Amino acid sequence: MEIDKDKPYIYSDVELDSHEGRIIEDTKAAGIESIPDPDGWLEETRRNILLTSVDAVINWARRSSLWPAICFPACCAFEFIAAEGPRFDLSRFGMEILRASPRQADLMITAGTLTWKMAPNVRRIYDQMPEPKWVIAMGACGISGGIFRSSYAVVPGYNKIVPVDVYVPGCPPRPEALIYAVQMLQKKIAKEHVVPDLPKFKMPEIPRL
Amino acid sequence: MTVALSSREIASQLSSKFPGAIEAAGNDSVLVKSDSLVQVAAYLKDTDGLKFAYLNYITAVDYYSYFEVVYQLTSLEHNRSVILKTRCYGRDNPSVPSVTSLWQGADFQEREIYDLFGIKFEGHPNLKRIFLWDGFPGYPLRKDWNQ
Repeated sequence: MEIDKDKPYIYSDVELDSHEGRIIEDTKAAGIESIPDPDGWLEETRRNILLTSVDAVINWARRSSLWPAICFPACCAFEFIAAEGPRFDLSRFGMEILRASPRQADLMITAGTLTWKMAPNVRRIYDQMPEPKWVIAMGACGISGGIFRSSYAVVPGYNKIVPVDVYVPGCPPRPEALIYAVQMLQKKIAKEHVVPDLPKFKMPEIPRL
Repeated sequence: MTVALSSREIASQLSSKFPGAIEAAGNDSVLVKSDSLVQVAAYLKDTDGLKFAYLNYITAVDYYSYFEVVYQLTSLEHNRSVILKTRCYGRDNPSVPSVTSLWQGADFQEREIYDLFGIKFEGHPNLKRIFLWDGFPGYPLRKDWNQ
């Protein structure tokens, strides 16, 4: 869109609406296929043996201070609030600080149903979070759209727009389930390796006689 | 508790004031021709003895052959309520006059009905989609809408 300085606002309502519509249509078109879950860490053989101790320290620091971004589109947020509260006390695991700015967060807990209208904004929050970042899909709606899956307005699972690390089933999941998911994510982070793999050395082929 | 006023009473009063504007009156609702909807609503809102100054909600129903737009009005002064209905025909370009000039609160609800039913509200200050995005195909609360 081009900026016209004579207008009272930079863009007109109609322009903004059609722009928003295009963004949502693009997000929808890009979200036909699910994004594969990041599971490269499962390949044990590719782990760097030399730097294990460095990995251990950095992973310990990362998993012990998971700060969630405040991005809770629907009702699962209340279970998250309960998990944050004194009875379940999520802060025992080093993630008591909710960050209003995604720039300071490294965990996104997708609590609740997501509509296509909201999808570009959630994607933007994810994009604004600094690497490394993780996503927990919380509840049936976060996993697959839940009971709203067949709706024309609902994203069928957050993995259509962001890669998901841990899925927590339930409608809504109990705070214990959420805490268990966080612990699973911490175990997952503990297995990550910080330094990227070196290119593999290829043995020269010896012609057989 | 709010007492639902007998619609026949109101309808007789309205049809003497606006001849030809009232199509039918049941026990709980008054069916108004859409041309005279705003005048009738203004009369119900401002006349002494009626004073239906509070608009509870607006909603719409798809009956295939026509759309019905439903308004519930409450008189906080007399503790009474009445339901006003109007019909619009045709599926391509159905339209009903807007009551935003009488009740500001009608603004978003009329936009919602426009969004989901495709009924145009003539005289609405900002009639555009509210829940769905610009470019969404069709109107999903219509009976003949398919995904």
